[in-house]
Amino acid sequence: AMVTVRDALNQAMAEEMERDEAVFLMGEEVAQYNGAYKVSRGLLDKFGDKRVVDTPITEAGFAGLCVGAALAGLKPICEFMTMNFAMQAIDQIINSGAKTFYMSGGTQPCNVTFRGPNGAAAGVGAQHSQDFSAWYGSIPGLKVISPYSSEDAKGLMKAAIRDPNVTVFLENEILYGESFEMSEEAQSPDFVIPIGKAKIERAGTDVTLVGHSRNVEFCLQAAEILAKENISAEVINLRTIKPMDVPAIVKSVKKTNRIVSVDSGYPAFGFGSEIAAQIMDSDAFDYLDAPVERVTGAEVPTPYAIELESMAFPTTDVVVKAAKKTLYLPY
Amino acid sequence: DSPFTVRLLPESFQTYQIESPELDMQVTKNELISLYRDMVTVRRLETAADALYKAKKIRGFHLSIGEEAIAVGIEHAITRDDQIITAYRCHGFAYMRGASVKAILAELMGRRDGVSFGKGGSMHMFAPNFFGGNGIVGAQVPVGAGLAFAKHYQGLPHATFALYGDGAANQGQVFEAYNMAKLWKLPCVFACENNKYGMGTSAARSSALTEYHERGQYIPGIKVDAMDVLAVKQASAFAKKFTTEGNGPIVLEYTTYRYGGHSMSDPGTTYRTREEIQRMRSTQDPVTGLKDRLIGWGVLSEDEIKAIDKEVRSSVDKEAKEAEASPAPEASLSLLFEDVYIKGTEPPVLRGRIPDENFVFAK
Repeated sequence: AMVTVRDALNQAMAEEMERDEAVFLMGEEVAQYNGAYKVSRGLLDKFGDKRVVDTPITEAGFAGLCVGAALAGLKPICEFMTMNFAMQAIDQIINSGAKTFYMSGGTQPCNVTFRGPNGAAAGVGAQHSQDFSAWYGSIPGLKVISPYSSEDAKGLMKAAIRDPNVTVFLENEILYGESFEMSEEAQSPDFVIPIGKAKIERAGTDVTLVGHSRNVEFCLQAAEILAKENISAEVINLRTIKPMDVPAIVKSVKKTNRIVSVDSGYPAFGFGSEIAAQIMDSDAFDYLDAPVERVTGAEVPTPYAIELESMAFPTTDVVVKAAKKTLYLPY
Repeated sequence: DSPFTVRLLPESFQTYQIESPELDMQVTKNELISLYRDMVTVRRLETAADALYKAKKIRGFHLSIGEEAIAVGIEHAITRDDQIITAYRCHGFAYMRGASVKAILAELMGRRDGVSFGKGGSMHMFAPNFFGGNGIVGAQVPVGAGLAFAKHYQGLPHATFALYGDGAANQGQVFEAYNMAKLWKLPCVFACENNKYGMGTSAARSSALTEYHERGQYIPGIKVDAMDVLAVKQASAFAKKFTTEGNGPIVLEYTTYRYGGHSMSDPGTTYRTREEIQRMRSTQDPVTGLKDRLIGWGVLSEDEIKAIDKEVRSSVDKEAKEAEASPAPEASLSLLFEDVYIKGTEPPVLRGRIPDENFVFAK
């Protein structure tokens, strides 16, 4: 059946709340309004206002409150209306959340899931359009997930809620409404995708395209275009930012000898930089026939005008160009 | 050990939108002795830490000497099912929540026998229903509201004390926590330890309203003379009862005084006078204050007090020696990378300084 990412996330949360009384959802507009992006639609009716809690617009406060509830043994799902607003609360996520298990010498666990839309949105300007995967991806103690398809969204959301660590689950506003085929198996309440495992979306032999979230779509479209020119691209949907499935990337590079990373974050100290560094640290380096190409967001605050905005983020065409560059073909 | 009534000083409490706790309180001889012993132990523990710091065996911390009545008084007013979270000045709380003197001092020295296995240090101590030990000024307050949220969610009749200093009282997230706690009637006691200085900035120079017990605005509050451990106990018991009876949060302001500097690197004399410190020590000291009353009430004789002092000193010193003798963590990658994630859920590899030092969890 075709299922939207929004419904897949909704299903995942509903199933986990059904399964475990300690799981609850808290955030701005999650209950009576049914979610700013309708991800939590119907959950208030189903579970009541004890377990689906509308908050005031105070991100640091309710993120900290969720951390506290987790320290006391509950399993909160903390929704941020967008991850941009989680910047107000990033201290709670990192300092109070991610570090406590270590600081307590392993005596004080903290099972909390922070989630919300992340990355480039459309026409909302600089403050509402930013990718935080590199920020969270750098923090020891966090697990960071960035799904692409509906299956990813459901299986990984359930894994994040069940994972006993602090997880940051990065969604994408534009993907919410997109439909993907979901298998019978993925519709079952037992369907969980392991955190930290990438998925080969398309097998190929000439160049590896690796991305996460909506960028996987650009990679798949680019692979189509390249195929028409007899270039066989392998597309890796990374699914998890941290821990990163480096072995999957290494394996693919050993086969294709070329790699393009695709993400919509700022380029400096970013996702692509990390992939390049991981390849240098591994024996995949010896298999490269071309330098690693990074497709990233541009190094600018997101502009509003569509003409400029469209130059600030990856597109299929740019991915095609980067792939051809690794093959030393004209582009 | 039959209870008898003592009367607190009339100026023990000032209230905001709530009735005052009773000035008459029931005590027993054993309880009074136990309060005294606990305060002396906390002070001796911190004095021992001070000495170990001066011997260069501890890398730095914040002392609470002068403020002992708060950790001790609260603990005597609550049960082990109630919860506490505080900021970085946490040694006394860790001890009162059940951590041993040895484990606290070992933690300060970065030893494997430390309460956080040498991973947390001075600011990050934990014990059952004691959640730190948070080094980010004010961050523990919403976390405390979350601890209270959990009790509320589970329908359990326990209170949470979320402590913060007069400096932290100006953090925005404190007010965010007040708001949610009031909205949802969380059983949370917001407890401001007003020691009059946020590092080197006096309350009056940092706070537009220095009546911290009134800062909850729509939350009732009580200012408590926290140089008197009995007043602390009485007010804390009152607050616990209030908040667990479905009345929502309450703000307590414990007025106190820190004899030492903000931290070990602060002599504590550049922003206040030596006379002020001396005057507080000689007229307000919580340990001396209780001692004088115990003698006055005939609970203990001067000699019996001295015996307790001596006994506490020798037991703390003994535990300090044990802590000193306890081993440092082995400088191994397996200890370095232990407990970043819950056992069994670690990433396959965590990176060391160079790839040769990577630690592999995957079998």
